[in-house]
Amino acid sequence: MDQPKTSYEKPVLVKYQNGSSDKFGRLQAITPMTHIDGWPVQDLIEKYGSPLFVFSERTMVHKCRELKELLALRYPKFQLAWSFKTNYLNAICRVFDREGSWAEVVSEFEFEKALRLGIPSSRIILNGPYKTESALERALKGGTRIHIDHFDELSLLEKVADRLGMRPEVGIRVNFSLSSVPNWDRFGFNLENGQASSAVKRLTTGKRLTLSGLHCHIGTFVLDPQAYREATAKMALFAKQLCDEMGLSIKWIDLGGGFASTNTLHSQYLPGNQVTPSFSQYVEAIAEGLENLNGPTSELPLLFLETGRALIDEAGYLLATVQANKRLSDGRRAVVVDTGIHHLITSLWYRHEIVPAQEFNGTFEPTAIFGPLCMNLDVIRANILYPPLKVGDRLVIKTVGAYNVTQWMQFITLRPNVVMISRNGQCDIIRHKETLDHLVALEEVPPWI
Amino acid sequence: MDTALLNRLKDIAISDSGFIFDPYSGATFNTNETGRFILQLLKEGNGIDAIQSEIRKHFKTSEEDLRSDIYEFINLLMEAQLLPKSFQC
Repeated sequence: MDQPKTSYEKPVLVKYQNGSSDKFGRLQAITPMTHIDGWPVQDLIEKYGSPLFVFSERTMVHKCRELKELLALRYPKFQLAWSFKTNYLNAICRVFDREGSWAEVVSEFEFEKALRLGIPSSRIILNGPYKTESALERALKGGTRIHIDHFDELSLLEKVADRLGMRPEVGIRVNFSLSSVPNWDRFGFNLENGQASSAVKRLTTGKRLTLSGLHCHIGTFVLDPQAYREATAKMALFAKQLCDEMGLSIKWIDLGGGFASTNTLHSQYLPGNQVTPSFSQYVEAIAEGLENLNGPTSELPLLFLETGRALIDEAGYLLATVQANKRLSDGRRAVVVDTGIHHLITSLWYRHEIVPAQEFNGTFEPTAIFGPLCMNLDVIRANILYPPLKVGDRLVIKTVGAYNVTQWMQFITLRPNVVMISRNGQCDIIRHKETLDHLVALEEVPPWI
Repeated sequence: MDTALLNRLKDIAISDSGFIFDPYSGATFNTNETGRFILQLLKEGNGIDAIQSEIRKHFKTSEEDLRSDIYEFINLLMEAQLLPKSFQC
């Protein structure tokens, strides 16, 4: 009787590297991800095309509620503000709005987008180093909280307030040095060199604005929760100092964003899902810093957090399809997929976890995963031990929810569909894929050409 | 195929699990079942058409043309110095 034939697999040859392994050098397990929130990846691509961004409402809501519940245990007055720049697709913003978040915007365009979504002006925080006069006027009229970034903005805001005959409550942005993160001194007024105190004096003597808030943004992807303890303590002590020395009442303290997601930075040795602090650790650190405030609950300032990345990153997936296998000059395998750095700017920062969407067999090989661009920089993973892939296989790139669908660009290929899967399993497009018509609609060819 | 090359290939040890040992360099490699099968056919002095035909007999595949995979594997063997750069198949 004939023996059943073995399934064919592309032949591979992998050289053993002696001496390169250490206690972390084992092959990392790769588990296929065949479904996202109950939807087969294959079905999603057949229905909406490839590549495809997929967002999980369930994950967004879960993360948001987890953070709020932890905050509620440690501090009586807090408010989340959704960082628009992290992901300002309307449906995404709507989910966070429905979960009770305010909007944190950093440009007139984002401000307008929030207003069009129906978010009341009084539930918007206007940050950023560049605020136009028209945005400031609109913000003042609507009761938006404005955080002043520099002296020129302070003067401009006074001018607008004077014109409107208002004396609004505002905040100033403060920066300071911390022991475990680089000093982000480009936003706001420095605390240590006295600039922040000068700004307060300048603001109070101008008599057109009332200082009621303090804001800081200590960095991005901050992996040390203790940095938040230190920052919160500095903010709290500054608020007390302003109260004691100038009789000012600080009604809100905004700690900005910066919580890390479970992604892995290129510079990180251990994978992000092992080292990223939990919300609990961040909240604990902030609560310890807030212990520097005292007084009755009614007089405690409202705490704002503008957490973006840590709430949305894990809710986003990018689905891709293998287009080709090839060999590089050193024999390393390379795989070409239909999405690249123009959709996934974060591949410049992270070693994204990428898993096949179907079961696989075969020998793992060092593999480079390239995007479709005719550009040398279009590398999604430069070197990853990976099982064999066939043309047409699907891949799931995980933890892509933050910054990609705001910083993506149309370049060489067009931007794909974005869908959201609801908590009850419904899947809908939340941004349609671009067509050539969208692209050329803004172009003109002058008649003299 | 010349005798010296055949002898060189015959000296390469391949285990049933695909572990390869090159006694000339001391280097070790891993290959999958297809690679092991092709290497064995090369050792026996088979050419590209014969190798392709044997693969079709032994493996279940819908691939129309297997020559790209075979040549790619031969390039890997050359890169690993298990075959000389001058190897012709």
